[in-house]
Amino acid sequence: MTKDGALPKGFERPSSSPSQEKYEKVKPSSKTTTLRISKFNPKSDSTSTFSEFKVHYEKWTTVLDAILEVKQQMDHSIGVRYSCRQATCGSCGMIINGKPKLACFTKISELDSDSVTVEPMNNFPIIRDLAVGFERLIATHKRIKPYIIRDDSEVTSETKEFLQSPEDVEKYIQFAGCIKCGLCNSACPTMATDSSFVGPQALAQAYRYVADNRDKGKDERLKIIDERHGIWGCHFAGSCSQVCPKGVDPAMGIQLLRGYLLGYRK
Amino acid sequence: MMSNIMRESHIMKIHYLTALVAVGFVIIHIMVRITQGFANSLEFESVIANYKSIPYAIVLEAMLILISVHGFNGLRIILLELKQGNAYENAVTYGCLVAMIALIAYGSRTIIMASMGMVEA
Repeated sequence: MTKDGALPKGFERPSSSPSQEKYEKVKPSSKTTTLRISKFNPKSDSTSTFSEFKVHYEKWTTVLDAILEVKQQMDHSIGVRYSCRQATCGSCGMIINGKPKLACFTKISELDSDSVTVEPMNNFPIIRDLAVGFERLIATHKRIKPYIIRDDSEVTSETKEFLQSPEDVEKYIQFAGCIKCGLCNSACPTMATDSSFVGPQALAQAYRYVADNRDKGKDERLKIIDERHGIWGCHFAGSCSQVCPKGVDPAMGIQLLRGYLLGYRK
Repeated sequence: MMSNIMRESHIMKIHYLTALVAVGFVIIHIMVRITQGFANSLEFESVIANYKSIPYAIVLEAMLILISVHGFNGLRIILLELKQGNAYENAVTYGCLVAMIALIAYGSRTIIMASMGMVEA
């Protein structure tokens, strides 16, 4: 749809359809908010500054929509990473009004605030403005071997797949929802002080594979996280679980994983 | 490296266990103090008499060891979280280990000397 309400070229609306009447009742919102965007280029700036923009919004307008509107209409230089716009790719994580959230999954109308302040995620190096580097997250994620480890293959001429009961799946399925957005790592207080800490994202993924009964790499994986800056760095603040947009509970995963290391889970 | 000698999970098991057992000994210690009355129990003769009781001296020695092990490991964990780097981490780990041994040795010396009647008014 274009700005004046017309449909894109090639699309027609039946003149007498009830949906058209409903459609025509929707009027542009008069609501505006101040969008404050953190600006920082590590190559040229010593400190970050905020640029302020007045933006119109509807009740369905997301923070990402507003940022992209500003980027398109007012300041092309804004650095922001995004892709799917539906909380699936995990690209648009940022600090919105002080809390780590996905910009595409946060509606301005639900923020209950006169202004929207967006900053890059904490505990990540800034590439520019709102875009941060994911090298550490990807490295720690890779380190815990995020895949099923076993010698035999799932597909043979005799068998087709490893069967799992619903109870088996229940043990790890919530942790399989991780989209690697990094919000949990951004919220983690240990990540802020310990530059070598493996982080809640990787630990939750370690649990996801340890709890999977198809996996045979439990000992290998537990050995990786059982070190100085591994699982024991977690102080159970629980902020990782608070901010996860997919309902993953990394704090619980970490505690369950500790059970294996302390010997009360097998 | 310390982590080569002991896995972090073993160290943490000791950490949790020392805390739990120390709480038990501290409860015994406080209960003994309550039965004597706090004011009287702090008099010099009363303190020395505590050391001369072998079971009570063992309780004090156990508390010294448990709290030292737990405390210095806690300090090591805090310091490792503040700053990273191999040299620093090894210095902190071995520094805490040496300080823990020194404190236990000094405290044990006091307990042994007092229980053997080598400390007089």
